[in-house]
Amino acid sequence: MSASAPSIEPVAPSGAAGARARRTGPYRPASWNTVGLLLVVPYALLFLLFVLYPVLYGFSLARDPQSYVRLWQDPVFGNAVLNSALFLLVVVNIKFVLALFLSGFFVHERWWIRILAVLFILPWAVPSIPTILSFRFMLNPEWGIINTLYFNLTALDGPNWLNDRWIAFSMAGMVHIWKSLPFWTLILVTGRLAISKDLYEAASVDGASRWQQFRHITWPSIATLYITCTLLSMIWTLGDFNSVYLLTGGGPSDLTHVLATLGIRYLRLDQVDMAMATIVVATPLVLPLMVYMMKRLSRGPGED
Amino acid sequence: MRRLMNEAGLWLIGIPVFLWTVLPLYHMMLFALSTKDSAFSGKLWPQPATLRNFEIVLSQQHHYLGNFWAQLGSSVLIAAATGVLTLTVATAAAFAISRLRVRGGRWVMNAALFTYFIPAAFLAVPMYKTMGLYGLLNNRWAMIIAMVTLASPYAIWVLKQASDKLPVELDEAAIMDGATAMQLFRLVYLPLMVPSLVAIGVYAVLLAWNEYLYAFLLLSDEREITLAVALGLFLSADDSPWELLMATGVLYALPPAAIYYAFKRYMVSGLTAGAVKS
Repeated sequence: MSASAPSIEPVAPSGAAGARARRTGPYRPASWNTVGLLLVVPYALLFLLFVLYPVLYGFSLARDPQSYVRLWQDPVFGNAVLNSALFLLVVVNIKFVLALFLSGFFVHERWWIRILAVLFILPWAVPSIPTILSFRFMLNPEWGIINTLYFNLTALDGPNWLNDRWIAFSMAGMVHIWKSLPFWTLILVTGRLAISKDLYEAASVDGASRWQQFRHITWPSIATLYITCTLLSMIWTLGDFNSVYLLTGGGPSDLTHVLATLGIRYLRLDQVDMAMATIVVATPLVLPLMVYMMKRLSRGPGED
Repeated sequence: MRRLMNEAGLWLIGIPVFLWTVLPLYHMMLFALSTKDSAFSGKLWPQPATLRNFEIVLSQQHHYLGNFWAQLGSSVLIAAATGVLTLTVATAAAFAISRLRVRGGRWVMNAALFTYFIPAAFLAVPMYKTMGLYGLLNNRWAMIIAMVTLASPYAIWVLKQASDKLPVELDEAAIMDGATAMQLFRLVYLPLMVPSLVAIGVYAVLLAWNEYLYAFLLLSDEREITLAVALGLFLSADDSPWELLMATGVLYALPPAAIYYAFKRYMVSGLTAGAVKS
């Protein structure tokens, strides 16, 4: 696969000299560079005005040390850090193990699996708000369909799903997985399909078990992809506002907040310095991931 | 025998996957098709099934839904504008970086990747403040710009990947023929990029249509908010008409699903290209 992919100039300064020779390539008229500059202007403006400036301005709003003291004193903050960490480390990893497993299921060629794959993508394609509210209604302790069924079967009252910290948090994790599992499964399916079938046939002839095939063929081929995607998903999951806000609203008693919902709550309360402080606190968590990912994605496939 | 076990195993995975995927969506439909009494009785299918909720939504007969059509229009406008602008901005940038090899192109690419890796809810806070400084709050342009900002990085990334795959001989031939850069763009580049452009257009439209948080922060006029924000407003009361909320939700969720399926064959190959590469 990587042999057919074109080389891409590395972004790291160390590779710049070697890259320059490749970049120059065939002769290009000077006018092309002028046109090129004009063509990148719209995006450059967008980036400067709506990303770089806001980010710098935001950080400048969070420079008062007092904000961090107040943040530390807010009892919700500690829980939000813990919940965010659990989301990143536990929920994302569960999601990826599931995605890895299901990608192995979806590569089977069956007519009904093809139909199922078409349906499976729906949670990702449709908007969060109606589907997460649908979950929320299902979990309503009094009239939700789950507790009604439970009552009909056992004559007992079901749990008060969203009123217990850990059940509510698990449900938010479940909603997050429901929503983003299809996308990552699809990516891993594409990764698996790129593996040559000959390898599996040869392994079959040699009498390799399914586990051995996974261990020695599938995993080595998609490990990099798997890890890249996991890290990427961790970064984005930190910014997942909907799964918690729409399902639990941060409740019960603000125990299921994550950093994203807490930051937005401060913003809504017009405490921008606190909102930004919350984000600044999360920066050490994401920055290494961001730097690593930028290096990964801007590097050519041949250099892996 | 072993084959049979294999098939059974597949079904054993397939059935739970089906239920898991469909259950919340089915539940949404169930609510939307039920009368108020039946919706809250925990029945597994609507008894009696009714289209009355949809009728109420479409004729704006409930005070929560007084501006349904205006809000639908707002969603359409924002999604369409985001699609068009993202395509314009990202195609221009990807062409300049990949084909014209503009100086400083890799910095633009790095800026795009940097934006791509900022968690969305985190960028929302400073962006909201900045939109206030620019005097754009409560203006649909703020929402459109925010969505183009969020959609462009991935769009540029995917388009650059696709465009790097076009043979370099194309440029050489164009130079030989004395073509200008814009002629190369219009006559050679755009026609070859159509599949990726479709995928990116759909991606941007879906992103903007589905967005809740940014719309909720940036828009507040009742007639300008998107359907997502309008659905969120139902949550402000405990005794909201949930069956109407779900009916509105179904109407809101159908267009993106339909658009996705209509362009499905472009989507998978187009959007996963960038990801699988690494």
